[in-house]
This record gives sequence, structure tokens and C-alpha cells, in this order.
Amino acid sequence: MSAQLVQFLLSGLTVGAIYALVALGFCIIYNASHVINFAQGEFVMIGGMATASFLGAGLPLPLAALAAVALATLIGLALVKFAVEPARGASVVTLIIITIGAAILLRGLASIVWDKRIHALPAFSGEQPISIAGATLAPQSLWVIGVTALIVAALWWFFNRTLAGKAILAVSHNRLAAQLMGISVRRVLLVSFGLSAALGALAGILIAPITFTSWDVGVMLGLKGFAAAILGGMGSGPGAVLGGLTLGLLESLGAGYLSSAYKDAIAFVIILVVLVLMPGGLLGGRATERV
Amino acid sequence: MKLRTWFAAALLATAAAAQAQAPIRIGAFLAVTGPAAFLGDPEQKTLELYVERVNAAGGVLGRRLELVSYDSGGDAEKARTFAKRLIEQDRVDVIVGGSTTGETMAVVPLVEAAGVPFVSLAGAVVIVEPVKKWVFKTPHTDRMACDKIFVDMKARGASKVALISGSGGFDKSMRGECLKVAKNHGIDIVADETYGAGDTDMTAQLTKIRNAPGVQAVLNAGFGQGPAIVTKNYRQLGITAPLYQSHGVASKQFINLAGDAAEGVRLPAAALLVAESLPDSDPQKKVVVAYKQAYETRFRQDVSTFGGHAYDGLMLALEAMNKAGSTDKVKVRDALEQIRGYMGTAGVVNMSAQDHMGLDLTAFRMLEVRKGDWVLAR
Amino acid sequence: MLALIAAVALLPLALANNYHYEIAILVGLNAIVCVGLNLLIGYAGQISLGHAGFFGIGAYGSAILAARYGWPPVLALAAASAAAAALAYAVGRPILRLRGHYLAMATLGLGIIISIVIATEDRYTGGPDGMSVPPLALAGFALAGERAWYWLVGALLVATVWLSLNLIESPIGRALRALHGSEVAAEVVGIDSARHKLLAFVLSAAIAALAGALTAHYAGFITPGKVTFLHSIELVVMVVFGGMASTFGAVVGAAVLTALPQLLTVFKEYEMVVFGGVMMLTMIFMPKGLVPTLAALRSRFGKAP
Repeated sequence: MSAQLVQFLLSGLTVGAIYALVALGFCIIYNASHVINFAQGEFVMIGGMATASFLGAGLPLPLAALAAVALATLIGLALVKFAVEPARGASVVTLIIITIGAAILLRGLASIVWDKRIHALPAFSGEQPISIAGATLAPQSLWVIGVTALIVAALWWFFNRTLAGKAILAVSHNRLAAQLMGISVRRVLLVSFGLSAALGALAGILIAPITFTSWDVGVMLGLKGFAAAILGGMGSGPGAVLGGLTLGLLESLGAGYLSSAYKDAIAFVIILVVLVLMPGGLLGGRATERV
Repeated sequence: MKLRTWFAAALLATAAAAQAQAPIRIGAFLAVTGPAAFLGDPEQKTLELYVERVNAAGGVLGRRLELVSYDSGGDAEKARTFAKRLIEQDRVDVIVGGSTTGETMAVVPLVEAAGVPFVSLAGAVVIVEPVKKWVFKTPHTDRMACDKIFVDMKARGASKVALISGSGGFDKSMRGECLKVAKNHGIDIVADETYGAGDTDMTAQLTKIRNAPGVQAVLNAGFGQGPAIVTKNYRQLGITAPLYQSHGVASKQFINLAGDAAEGVRLPAAALLVAESLPDSDPQKKVVVAYKQAYETRFRQDVSTFGGHAYDGLMLALEAMNKAGSTDKVKVRDALEQIRGYMGTAGVVNMSAQDHMGLDLTAFRMLEVRKGDWVLAR
Repeated sequence: MLALIAAVALLPLALANNYHYEIAILVGLNAIVCVGLNLLIGYAGQISLGHAGFFGIGAYGSAILAARYGWPPVLALAAASAAAAALAYAVGRPILRLRGHYLAMATLGLGIIISIVIATEDRYTGGPDGMSVPPLALAGFALAGERAWYWLVGALLVATVWLSLNLIESPIGRALRALHGSEVAAEVVGIDSARHKLLAFVLSAAIAALAGALTAHYAGFITPGKVTFLHSIELVVMVVFGGMASTFGAVVGAAVLTALPQLLTVFKEYEMVVFGGVMMLTMIFMPKGLVPTLAALRSRFGKAP
């Protein structure tokens, strides 16, 4: 395997892991409420920016990170309380617009509370590049890929082995039946938004040393995360991860072998083709519609 | 009869007094939010700060200054609408603004038609070439940046150069200019890669550059976080050829972001960045140190060359008004065109009917990052 | 309908200067796109997050043909709209088979691909810094000045609304509404859902392209900023905000969301926060959109003794 190819694969995997984390956030909320939370990217932004600001205030990195994740979770819960719950019963499109409004609001607040500059976080374990098969990898990339793998495993355990996780899955399959079984949909909403927010914030903290963070970093990441979630099949956790990694690899290989100017376009063309051939995404399967 | 003339005279006097008290309106449209906030935010702060200071010192022509500014978000159509608002509704005397080239060019037909002097804060050479009657600009052009960089590269013995740029307007414009002027310096562009606006990893593009035959130097034309990521990836891949950045990242923030990877990076920038370390004999020192200290004390943020361009724009406009002795738009425009030897943060300005920017290559200094700070390159 | 014509005719009385006219014209152009988009979203029940792409094809197509190839602007306009319609037809057939979020993603992707191509091919399009566009001229007589453009845009808006209202009441419109309600049931009754969805898609694309071309010629300048996915989302928000399945809702939504940022400038840096807040609150308390909610209120209070 040529060193060049290995380099492209490594950078594709790093970027892909980032997209996968954001996609998972979309997936969890979608499962609980069938809402696409367009504010998901903003949770990523809050994770990075809050950590940067807590660091600047003197907290050590682990505490700053923890505080940032807590802040993001609180905001996620507030989103449910003040935006999603009052709009209960509204159509899905309306809910989506509400989340778009929330995203704009959060961006605006971020630019005022923090600032409009770009911030970097220190890499967790230094910057000395690691050599793998003739290519180099920044140590932070290993953190991103490693933690993503851990999170995926943890989520799998949560959704398949704990009651709370299974309750969320139950609501996603059939809300009415779940309610009849005594599951509080309200609590499920709160847990899923809170979890997604925490996940997004964690993603933001992991990647800020590599990609930097600023008040509007959520827009592009939210978009790519959404694309990854759809590519893998919206609502499927493994799908989100697969979608994220695939998108990252497509971009990196497209830039490396075809055209760096058009790499995003190439990735989206391939997503379109996949969707046309597999309307439910890679792992979505054929959906049956009850009439 | 006498009463009526007396009355008329009193009315005229009051009207004249009212006119004399009417504030001078400075209009501005800046990209304070959005992808170019890097530019617009310091520009907005600078304009506010200096309008305040000038007013505290007595104003201009005995009148107060009033700043009417709007946030275009970097969007050319919004900029156009706000410019129209400034001209038609707010009735401003002069416009200082247009953080990006796209916004500026969209507004050019408006100011040309309405006859309002407009000092742009954007970089591309198309703004003043061909010269437009009512449009001036304060920042160095991207072509000047290319010239300065290529001269320095040649001096270090590099003639095969790789280019990597982003997809923004500034990036593309500078890339275009560099491709055009490379031949004039005997430089051969052997690779030309690009990355996207929100991209987080450029190792693919840099790997291709590293593998391109005979690359002796690399130029990254971009601004925002892209160049910082490029710089980090550059060191990660272990590329040893000298790396040049553009004046788009001439700020302390770039060094903070790129960290140790920025060591040894060179770029052309205004002397503002190294204000305190300029020799006392340097004619620019007084102006840049004063601006740097005023900005940093007030806003507790590192000074920015983009804020400096706004300072120059405002000061040039006020200087023109002083020279013309009025705010009559035609007179102010003529006075702007006749400014000679004015010292700004970007350099000495010599305007003329053919040159509505007024800077020459000496206005750019070649800087290098050493031990985490900007220094004048030897 | 009459109210709209009256509004368009009488509004100039309230417009004090060219800046006000500019806002009115921009509202009109956005409203035209929204009325077309509403046919797709509100009536046919399909979502498109990529309509800024068609707007861009219209704008840049007309600009490039007129500026670089010297075509007469009116012809360039028509050709660009036709091109957008053709693209919508070609791409619509496969992607309209998708449902819900997958369709949203597909249209989003399409819009992004178009915007990337426009921003990258700077030799033709001027790249991210944009390009100049010659004014709209017919047989040597150029359309210049805000007032002339106001009447043109106003007339076109009225025409588009009239077209939309008539389409909705026609058999095609009823078919569209049927398949919005339930695609399966509509097919059972014999409606060719694929053909009707495609029709709505192509029509809304052509209308968006027309509005795009007009915007380019009016402003004399076009940048890729109008072709981004953020603008696509803005358009959808306008339609939903005003009220889906309501042609006048689309007009009202466009008017409010185009004019609102101008009014919010007083908030300076809080503008984004206020704008987001307004969006959220309106959608929470008026989930059906502005016009249907107000209409329902009126009929409720109208019945009071």
C-alpha cells in the first residue's frame, strides 16, 4: 500500500470519526422524536468554545471539558423544555424550523457571550506526529478515533442493555405503544436531547485541537453530520458511524486522487447516487409504510 | 421692512447654525458576523473607537461625527441593501466599509451612480483597477502580496513553488494574481491545490504537494482557520521547504492557533504587527504604536491589521474633509485623490487620479515567526 | 387576490425613498420563489432544501449568457430558466422517489453541488467574489431605476400568484393535494404520483430560476452567497413561517422574513439572537404558520355575536 494512500486513509478516518460523532447525535434525537435537530452542530460548537473559555478562566483542561459538556447538556435540556415541548403536536417540518431558529439563537448568543475569534485547544497528548506505514498521524487523531470507538461501544451497551436505552428505542418504534407501556415520552425526550448534546459537546472538545473552534463552526459540521446520518440510514446508530466514516474517506480520497477543489461535490454526488439506489441509506433497509 | 430683513437674517443664521451643528455622518457596512467576522469585527471596533476619540477632541470642521454602521454578514446582497440604505435613507457623507471584495464590488455601481465617496477595506486589486471615480481603498492589494512574497522566495533561491489556497474570495483572488505575476519573477508554479471553507484536514493536498517534483517553497493564500490547519499539517507531514502565508493571517491569532508549527513561517504584512520593535527612526512607528496601544487597551484583544485598514480609511476620509473644508461630496472626493504623503497603519499613502490606493511595495514588510512572535525577517 | 393587487398598487404611497423600494423589490422576488416553492412543499408535500441551487442557475445562467456571450438579457433569462427546469426534470425523476428526510438530503446535496460548481469555476462565474451583470434591456430599452423594477416585479408576483391559485384549483392541483394527503391512496385512485411530483418540482425550479435571473439583472451583480444551502433553508423557513399550503402565506412569509432583518438592525449584535427567537416563538405559538393561524383566529372571532 503506497504511503500516499495510507495518508489519505488516515486523514479520512480522522475526519470521518468527527462526522460520525455528530451523526450519532442526530440519530439519537431522531429516534426519540422523529425530529431532525438542526441545532446539533451548535452543541459541537458549544463544547469547543465553552472549554476554550473555561480554560482561559484558569480551569485545568479536564475540568474545563467537563464543565463544557455539562453546559451543553443543560442547553439541550433547555431546548426540550422551551422549544420542543411547547410545540408538541406540531408537524415535523415546524419542529425542524424551531430547531433552525434555536441554532441561529445559539450562534448569536455564542458570538456575544464569547467572541467571534477562532480558538484552539491544546492537544491532549502533544503534537509529535506518529508514523504509520510511511504516513503520519497527529496524536490527537488517535484520541478522536479511539474515543469515538469507545462512545459507539458505550451507546450500544446503553441502548441494548439498559432500560433507559430500550425505552428510547421503544419510543422510536412506536410512540403510542411505548406510552401505553408506561414509558414517559417526556423523559425520553429529555434524556435523548441531553445525551445528544453531551455527545456533540464531547465531539467538539475532541476535535478542537485539530480543527479549531469558533462561534460558527457548527454550521458546516452540522451539515456534514446530517449528510452522514442520512447516508448511513437515519435512525440507525451503526449507520451513523458507517456514514460518517464513509463521508470522511470519500472527501479525503476525492481530494487526493480526483480534485481537491471539488472534493465536497464528489462526496455529495456519491451520496446522491447511493440514496437513489438505496432509498433508506446504507444500513437503512427498505422501509415499509403502513397505509 | 427692517424687521423682515432682520427676521430673514435671523432665520438664515439659525439655519446655518443648525447646519453647522448637524453631525457629519460616516456610513459603514462591515462583515461583523458571518464567515468574514475576522475582518469586520476589528473594523467595527476601530471605527467606533476612533469616532469617539475624534469627537472627544472636538470633531471635524467644528462638527461631531456620527457613525451609522450595519452588519452585512459578509453577504454581498445584504451589503448592497445596506449601502443603499446608507445613501438613500441615512444620507451619509462618506462611506468607509466593504470588508470583503464581493461586498465592495456589489456596492460600486451604487456609489458611482449616487456620487458618494467610498473607501473600501477589501483586498482584491479589481477594486481600484480599473480606477473608479468614487471608489478608494486602504489595504494592500493581493497582487502586491504576491510580488513581495515572490521577491523574497527568489532571494532565498526558490524558483519552483507550490500553491495551496482556500475557496473563499480572498483566497481565489490572491491565487489568481499569484498565477499571473509568477512569470515576472521567474517563478514556476508546479502544484496548485485547494481546500474548502470549513475543512478540517489538508494532509491529502499537502501530500500531493510534497510529492510534486522539485518543490522549493510553498505559498498558502488564505485566511481564517484554514491556513492554521495547513501549517500544522505541514509540520506533521515533515515538509521542510519554506512556507509562506498571506497577509490574510497577519495576526497574533494565527500564531496562537498554529502553535509551534508556525515557527519559521514568513508573510508580508503591515508594520503594525511589529510596531514596538520597529527602530525609532522608522517613519511609521509613531502611527502604528499609537493605534496598537489605543486598540489593545480598549478592547483587550490583539491588534489586527484589518482594524488598521479601517483606521486608515476613516482617517483618510476625515483628512480629505479637513483639506476640502467641507463635506460636499465632490470636494471630498477630489481632496481624497490629492492626498500625498499621508502616514497610515498600512504605510505611506500617495493617492492620485490613476491610483486610488496609494501604497507601494515598501508598505509591506516581510515578517517571520520566531519564538512564537512576529519579527521583521532579515 | 384583489387584496394583493391593491397592496402592490398602493404600496408605493408608503415607500419614501429608493431604499424602501429596494426592500419592496427584494420582498417581491423572494415571494415569487416562495410561491413556487409552496406548490412543492405545501401542496405536493415534498421538501426541497436545495432551491437556492435553481435560483443560482437562473441568476448565473442569465448573467453568464448576457455578460460573457452577449446574449440579449431577456433571452438569457428565458434560457437560464429553461436550463433550471431541464435540470430539475433530469434529476427529479430519480430523487423524487425518496421520502421525507432522504429527499431533503438529496435536494440539499443537489443544491450544494450546484453552489460548489458556481463558486469554483471562476473563469465563467467570477468565483466567490461574484460577477457583474448587465441590466435587463429589451430592444435597446434598458430597465433601470427602482420604480420601473418595482412595477415589473409586482406584476410578475401577481401573475405568479394567479398561476398558483389557478393550478391549485385545477385537476392537477387536486391531484397534488391528494398525493400530499396520502401517496398510496392517491395512486389507488389512479393518480400518477411520480408525474405530478415531478411537475411540481420542475415548475417550482423554473420559477425560482426566473426570480434568480431577475435578481441578478436588478442588482447588476451576483455572488454565490445567494446559492448557498443557508439560503435554501431560508426559503423553506419563509414558506413554512407564512403557512404551508397557502399561496398568500408564502407571500407574507417572504415579506416578513425579508424585511425583518432590516428592522432588527437596531439590535446591533443581538440581531441574530432576536431573529432566532422570533422564529422559534412564532413556530411554537403558530405552528401552522402566520396566515392560516390568523385566518383561523379571524373566523373564530368573526363568529362572535
